[in-house]
Amino acid sequence: MKTLLACPHCDLLQYETSLPPQATARCARCAAPLYRRVKSGHERTLAYVAAAAVCFVLANVFPLVALEASGQRNSTTLLGAIADLLGQDMELVAGLVFVTIWLAPLLQLAGLAYVLLARLQARRAAAEIVVLRLLAAIRPWSMVEVFVLGTLVALAKLVHMAQVVPGVALWSLAGLMGLLAAALNTFDEHAYWRTAAGADAGDAPAGAVRAE
Amino acid sequence: MTGAPHAVTAAQLGLASCHDCGLVQRLGGADQGRCPRCHALVTLRKPNSLTRTWAFLIAAVLLYPLANLLPIMHSGTLFSAQDDTIMSGIAYLWETGSWPLALVVFVASVLVPLLKIIALAWLALSVGRRAKRRRHERTRLYRLVELVGRWSMLDIFVVTLLSALVQLSSFAQVTVGPGAPAFAGVVVLTMLAAHSFDPRLIWDNAGRDD
Ligand SMILES: [Zn+2]
Ligand SMILES: [Zn+2]
Repeated sequence: MKTLLACPHCDLLQYETSLPPQATARCARCAAPLYRRVKSGHERTLAYVAAAAVCFVLANVFPLVALEASGQRNSTTLLGAIADLLGQDMELVAGLVFVTIWLAPLLQLAGLAYVLLARLQARRAAAEIVVLRLLAAIRPWSMVEVFVLGTLVALAKLVHMAQVVPGVALWSLAGLMGLLAAALNTFDEHAYWRTAAGADAGDAPAGAVRAE
Repeated sequence: MTGAPHAVTAAQLGLASCHDCGLVQRLGGADQGRCPRCHALVTLRKPNSLTRTWAFLIAAVLLYPLANLLPIMHSGTLFSAQDDTIMSGIAYLWETGSWPLALVVFVASVLVPLLKIIALAWLALSVGRRAKRRRHERTRLYRLVELVGRWSMLDIFVVTLLSALVQLSSFAQVTVGPGAPAFAGVVVLTMLAAHSFDPRLIWDNAGRDD
């Protein structure tokens, strides 16, 4: 029995086939990526998540950037910068920045850890399905890499007014950016869905359509 | 490449695929149901896709002039005060010699939102007219729009950092201007518009040989 897939971008029905390692299956008609075969184990992805979590903590504890001018030193942290927006009555912007560079990455790390830790013990987390759906919904709103680029632009604007000292948090954020991307890249959602609770391994749940 | 049994779509066989987990399933006559695997709401196409896309797009178009004309940042020293819009911020980067960054900010803050609005309007119009041409190009354009939209947040992060760093210092003050929430609104609204658009509509009147 073969599993039928419908392309999310053009609705073309096609059979799922096995892939060589690290290949991506694309839609035969519109070339949308359908699923991948990821070279990974849960351990590898979990290692990325753990390292990313360390970076997240460091990025919150240490200052992001410090400014030095005429003997005076100002520095800001990640949450400090967001609190500063609140102080200027910019609640909407503050909320958006908070969600995109703090809450969304944190939820991604927590969600990945939750699913992976259970799978490592050869079981499925109780709320695995909810968490998998949450992870997919959050992804477009997690913008650490855009923020890292934004920091570089801000620094370029400030070097003409004052001495700029990049802080530990900036390097940690760059680390978080790379490690979170690596974790998501080695996390094969498709495989998790195939074996998610409600589906017995290798078999489709009730209601699934199979080719005869 | 996966093998295509026939050039047949799920909808043509009365099948729907779950937006969340991808499971292909029968809706059993109803126009929506619950996915048996992940319990998400399953519909044949994203509900009211075109109406929602247009609503978000029109809101974004209305906000767009405000986002570009209102100052995104106000900076002042003892001797001078200055309001910066998105464009004047880019000009400053250019004049101070950071032209690679000026280019990056121009693409992210000016080009991407504008092209995104135009692209989504074209996609929604062409689907509304049941256009048959350039399906591949339109689908690829949609994927590009989805991919690059987030980078428009760049300038919001820049002013956030600038104001937090400079505000408390004695030599200068930087505060966020009313252009910032307007610009953030444009970015969020265009992301929601892209999310509401269902690219499968591009293919829904395709023949078997398309
Ligand atoms: Zn396709
Ligand atoms: Zn589902």
